[in-house]
Amino acid sequence: MLFYGTPLTSPLMLGTAQYPSPEILASAVREAQAGVITVSLRRESAGQKAGQAFWSLIRELNVPVLPNTAGCHTVKEAVTTAHMAREVFETDWIKLEVIGDSDTLQPDVFGLVEAARILSEDGFKVFPYTTEDLVVAERLLAAGCEVLMPWGAPIGSGRGLNNVFGLRALRAHFPDVPLVVDAGIGVPSHAAQAMELGYDAVLINTAVAKAGDPALMARAFRLAVEAGKAAFEADPMEARDMAAPSTPLLGRPMLA
Amino acid sequence: MNIVVNDEPKVVAARTLATLIGELGLADARIATAVDGAFVPASGRENLALTDGMKIEIVAPRQGG
Repeated sequence: MLFYGTPLTSPLMLGTAQYPSPEILASAVREAQAGVITVSLRRESAGQKAGQAFWSLIRELNVPVLPNTAGCHTVKEAVTTAHMAREVFETDWIKLEVIGDSDTLQPDVFGLVEAARILSEDGFKVFPYTTEDLVVAERLLAAGCEVLMPWGAPIGSGRGLNNVFGLRALRAHFPDVPLVVDAGIGVPSHAAQAMELGYDAVLINTAVAKAGDPALMARAFRLAVEAGKAAFEADPMEARDMAAPSTPLLGRPMLA
Repeated sequence: MNIVVNDEPKVVAARTLATLIGELGLADARIATAVDGAFVPASGRENLALTDGMKIEIVAPRQGG
């Protein structure tokens, strides 16, 4: 599946926040063999210049970057942030977040659709952080989005795929749209499950960054994503309610 | 000139956004700017005249999820 005409080298998208150190972040990105890394923008102080060191690091990592609009609660903030990100990171890709609720960090889907339309018309390639709602998904596509990023569970919660039925329905409804589970994945089995559902990618941050050994966890996610993708392509069996013997009954000796 | 940079009140000599960036030692830094909530591209900083009370945001790359 192409993301705005571009193939990803890996379906694992990795966030860059919350790592114990820049060195550990770098080793996690390498172990994950991430296809994309997400980045952000924050205020730069004249004295510290923290952003300049981070910019050098991401240049060294040499992985495509997807800037986000994290923390934006209004359309205006998100649109302005996207413009600043496009200039700083030299990419028209934007992971669009318009947050609607501070406790759950769930997207304000009304503002999201509006911001997605404004940015798409302005030449941005929008990756909208959304819910699994089919109608919202339709509106986002009509607004110009060519990728959808439904949440698995609230950001940073690690609760996995909260609504497997909804995510499966989204996949079935939009077979040709690149779909990414963004947010809520806690352990590699969650990522494998998303890939088994036929999702095209997963975006992980906290689950890797907050693990005891982020680099090892990054490797675990790489393997899980690879396994889940292969499983989907291999066409899994249907689950059933009753047992069915796997060993043939024919030829069984009569020993009773 | 009294302006606000990243939420901090400042008294500056600069008359344009471009000279302000220089005054702050950020001329060669990878940054983006907004004035009163609107994006100002790098190419527009030279012609953006500062006025009293302007709210300037200066951002740079940072870790994100």
